Order: sequence, then C-alpha cells, then structure tokens
Amino acid sequence: MSEHEYTPKSKAGKWFNDRLPLLTLGAHLTDYPTPKNLNYWWTFGGILTFCLITQIVTGIVLAMHYVAHADLAFASVEHIMRNVNYGWLIRYIHSNGASMFFLAVYIHIFRSLFYGSYKSPREVIWIIGLMIYLLMMAAAFMGYVLPWGQMSFWGATVITNLFSAIPLVGDSITTWLWGAYSVDNPTLNRFFSLHYLIPFLILGLVVLHIWALHVPGNNNPVGIDIKKPSKDTVPFHPYITIKDAFALLVFMIIFAGFVFFTPNVLGHSDNYIPANPLVTPAHIVPEWYLLPFYAILRSVPDKLGGVILMFSAIFILFVLPWLDTSKVRSAVYRPIYRQFFWILVIDVLVLGYVGAMPAEGIYLVLARVGTIYYFLHFIVVMPVVGFLEKTDPIPMSISEPVLSGGAEPSVARKVNEKI
Amino acid sequence: MKRSNLRLVYLIILFIISLRPIQSAEMVDPIKVDWSFKGLTGTFDRASLQRGFQVYKEVCSSCHSMQYLSYRNLGEKGGPEFSEEEVKAIAASFEIQDGPDSQGEMFERPGRPSDKFKNPYPNVQAAIAANGGAYPPDMSVLVKARKGGANYIYSVLVGYEDPPSGVTLDDGVYYNKYMIGNKIKMPNNLSDGLVEYADGTASTVNQMAKDVTTFLAWAAEPELEERHKTGVKVIIYLVLLTILVYLSMKKIWSRIDTEV
Repeated sequence: MSEHEYTPKSKAGKWFNDRLPLLTLGAHLTDYPTPKNLNYWWTFGGILTFCLITQIVTGIVLAMHYVAHADLAFASVEHIMRNVNYGWLIRYIHSNGASMFFLAVYIHIFRSLFYGSYKSPREVIWIIGLMIYLLMMAAAFMGYVLPWGQMSFWGATVITNLFSAIPLVGDSITTWLWGAYSVDNPTLNRFFSLHYLIPFLILGLVVLHIWALHVPGNNNPVGIDIKKPSKDTVPFHPYITIKDAFALLVFMIIFAGFVFFTPNVLGHSDNYIPANPLVTPAHIVPEWYLLPFYAILRSVPDKLGGVILMFSAIFILFVLPWLDTSKVRSAVYRPIYRQFFWILVIDVLVLGYVGAMPAEGIYLVLARVGTIYYFLHFIVVMPVVGFLEKTDPIPMSISEPVLSGGAEPSVARKVNEKI
Repeated sequence: MKRSNLRLVYLIILFIISLRPIQSAEMVDPIKVDWSFKGLTGTFDRASLQRGFQVYKEVCSSCHSMQYLSYRNLGEKGGPEFSEEEVKAIAASFEIQDGPDSQGEMFERPGRPSDKFKNPYPNVQAAIAANGGAYPPDMSVLVKARKGGANYIYSVLVGYEDPPSGVTLDDGVYYNKYMIGNKIKMPNNLSDGLVEYADGTASTVNQMAKDVTTFLAWAAEPELEERHKTGVKVIIYLVLLTILVYLSMKKIWSRIDTEV
C-alpha cells in the first residue's frame, strides 16, 4: 500500500505504530501521489464526504428531538423548527443537505462516466460507489417520510406499493414491509430506524470506496496510467487538500444560499400538510433527485414491468465497465462517445423533468422515448461506439504535452483545456 | 475556460429550476405582492404583523386553529414584538382548559404566555361538523403548505367573485378565482371596515388581507428574520474564507509547473 517505509520519529509513536500502523496510514494519506492535472470535477469526492458527515451530525441532533410516531412526528418537527435552539438551522441544513448530497453525487457519477473512471482497473471502486448511491436513495426516501406530511405519506405509499408487483408474494411482502395493512405508525417507526442505520453503512462503504481508490490511484482527465510517484503526480497534501477545500467552500456558499434564503424551494409544499390517509394529493411526486427513475417507472403501462425497468436502470450501471468496449478512458479523446455522453446527460435531465409532470400526453411520450434511449445508450451505444470509434491521439504522459507543447499542438491544447 | 464544463453547470441549473412545475389549468396565477419579508434581507413589517394578529384573532380564529404557536411567540424577536404586558394581556383574554386538578377535574383558567394558541374546536371532527364538511386547516404553517405561499393566501382572501354564468354552486360553496377548481367552502369573511385598527390604519379588505397574510407568513417562519440575518453573515464569512483559501491554493500550486 505504502510506497515507502514510514517510521515515526518519536519513541511512543514508533511503539504505537508497531502495534497499530495508524501513523503509517496517516502518512500514506498525506503523501498519496495524485495526478497533478485533476480538474475541479475531481473535487466532488471530498465534497461528498463533507455532505455525509454533515448529514450524520445534523441527523443525530435532529433525532434527539424528533418523535417517530404517526400522531406526533409532524408536531415534533414543528417543535424543532420553533422551540429547539437553532432547530430550524439544523433541520434546514439536513433537508437541503440531502439535495446537495445528490447534486454532488450526480456530478461525481457523470464525471466518472465522462473520464472513464469506471474502467479497468477501477471497476470495484465504481461498483462500491453504486452501492453507496443505492443506499443514499434508500436513506433519502425514508428520511423524506419522517416529517409525516402529505408527500411523506403518499410517497411512502407509492414506493412501498411497488413491491406488491412481485408475482405471488408481492402483497405479503408489502404488508411485511409496512408492518401493518397500510403505511402506518409501524412503517414510520421502522423507516426511522433504518434511516438512522443506513448512513453508517454508507460510511463503511465510503471507507472501502477510498481504499479501493488508493490501490490503483486516481484516474485523471487525460485518462492514461501514470507512474506514481513521478513528475506527473503531487502529494495529496497540501496540493489536493487545499484545492478540495477551495471547491468545498464554493459548494458551501451555494449550500448556504439554499439553507438561509430559499430553504423550502427544493421540497414540496404539500409536505407541510400533516399526513392524511383519506386525502390523496393531486400529484404525488418524489424529491427531485429520484425523478428520472420515477419517469422510467411510469413510462411502462404494466406495474411489474415498470418496477423491473426502474431497477434495471440502476443495475445496468453495475455492468457498465464490461459494456464499454473502448480502450481509451477519457472522453476527451473520444470524439463520438463525447457527443453521446452529452445526449445521455440531456436524456436524464428530460427524464427528470417529465418525472415531475403528470404521466399523460406529451410527457408520457417523452418519458418513453427517454427511457428507451437511456437503455440504448448503455446496451448499444457504449459497446458499438467503443468498437467503431476512431479516437484522438493520446499523450504519453501528463507533463509531456503540457510542457513541450510543440510535438502535437492539437493534443497539447486539448489537454491543457481540461487541466 | 472549459466550454463543456460551463454547459454542464448550465444544464444542472436548468434542471433544478425546472423541478417545480405541475399546475392545473383552471387556476389563475396568484397576485404578486411586494412583501417586506421578501429577498435576502427581508424583514417583517412590525405594525402589519400586529394588525394581522388582530385580524386573525377577530376573524380567522373563530374557525382556524394555530396549534403550534404559543402566546409567548407574539412577544419574541422577529415577530409582532408585543410588549411583555401586552402578551400577558392577550393570553389572559383566553380561557384555557387545564387539569386535571387534585380532584381529577378539568378546569378553566385565564391563559398564560406559555400556553399554546387556543383551538376554536375541541377536535378535528368538531371543526369539520361545524363547517359544512370542510376542515378549516390549521394556520401555523399554512403559508409554507401552499404553492405560491403568501401571494397565494393573499390572493384567495381577495379573490372572491360572483361565479361566471354557467357555473352553479352548491349551498355553502363560494367562487374564488385563485382557488384550485375555483370552489371554496370558506365564505368571504372580509369586508371594508370589519376590524378597527388601533393604529388608525384604514381597514380595507386589501389592507386586512395583506396584514393577516404577513402575520401568517411570520407564523409559518418565525425564524425568517434571524435566518436572513445569519445567512448574510455566513455568506460573507464563507466568501472571505474562500478568497483566502483560493490565494493559499495559488501560492501552494505555484511551487509546481501546473496551473490550478
């Protein structure tokens, strides 16, 4: 793991490190050779760590005041907002933090897609990342249920009802999930329990994610393997830490803008109406970060088909490293794939948009076209383009085109652009 | 710089903006009011809050509860800021049920600042029964619970009209052009001169609607002023820190040949 043997200077340090090499780990993290051309899209890993810690810390404080009971949950949230010191701040950080978390994770995932970070030898990092993403969605969904407003209740009803599509045992499974014959107090209780558990599972996976990252080291915008350490790398500290800190602060300014000035703009106003099993809202919509999947779900006329397709939309990402046949990692040198990448981005945005609209008329058509394209991108476009595409010439090292400049002017310019 | 990067940022912003659509066709867009509490440094108009409370107390509170507010809130910073004596007097003007006492009996006593706002009905069912089958919603967070917020509440209050020809209304249903479906079970309770404002402001329908909506906006977000004030400080702090970190970053990266 470490590139050089680390020996603590102090006697006590050496004594401890011989028994538990924490100091060696610290030295490894500090010296970790990182490609020096990482651009700002690479800062979202650090930002995501910040998001996770923020959610855990604010969540623990909220749990001290929140009451997970169908009759008291809504009132306890209002109690937090009105009577707990800075309760409004903690809750708004937590609720907007979920959105910021997903914003960051989507950028992180699309960065990986653009620069081919999921490809060999980084498949395991990618898969662990997807597991984190799945758990994030579960945590966010259950967290949204906790205030026990109208959208909480009906969102929970819609999502848990998906399991009733499973043949034969579907209804039994749904009843088992609810702990009752509809979404009710037992459902709220277990969702709270799981909502508290999942972030710590995520934390564990994040450790594995970073561990798996430190085996091959970071990918980079050029997408080539680099010697480590070399003149192409910089030590993680202080170069990457300061850059991450700068990007994180910019991110925090946006975050603070939401928290202090438009804290409810990303939520749904119906969730300030207490849950009422007798009144169904006109439109039941999930939080924005789940909308693309919601659109896929509703694009299929058959319930089971919709559920299968929705889950496939996520699980297809798990085999992405093997669907992509291109030897070249970075889309910077893949003129054709690059176009398709942006079409995919637009496709997902369109799916998100129609996910928020009623499933009828033009929106349904758009949802179906978007869904078909989504799968085509992964099943057809990625393997075929990988075979047929003529890629641009790739520089031999990170430093070379930047420093020499003369050899391949076009390449040098392109690389420069990405740095 | 990186054109593709800008394009992505643009797309993401577009995406977030496009997230709050969905509206039924019949609804008219609410009137846009220039609220004092709008914007980054918005604060409540203190006098309007006090008048709004008066409208709430004399008109709305006969049907609508505000169960998450306490009388003490009326004297707190960022709210109507009634004086301590005024808050005590307001609270004492309500008979609150307390108990059980040592004999196991419930009893009535004058309200205290620590009491929650008194409910007009003993329970939801009673409220529904007394209002022709429609529950007058609790108003504690009403402004946050409606799309359009304060503008929407204000619009509904001033949006009563005679129904257009061809629209027939059942008994106890009224026509309101800002309401979803245009039908509302709450009668038009505001009329010019309905309340007598202590500060001499003319109590027109628009004035009362504006005052009571301001009051409801505060009730839904009593932290708004503190939030705005803290937010400005936090952003200034973060911007300064960001500049310092940016300069440090430039300095550190100047040791190597790569630009950051």
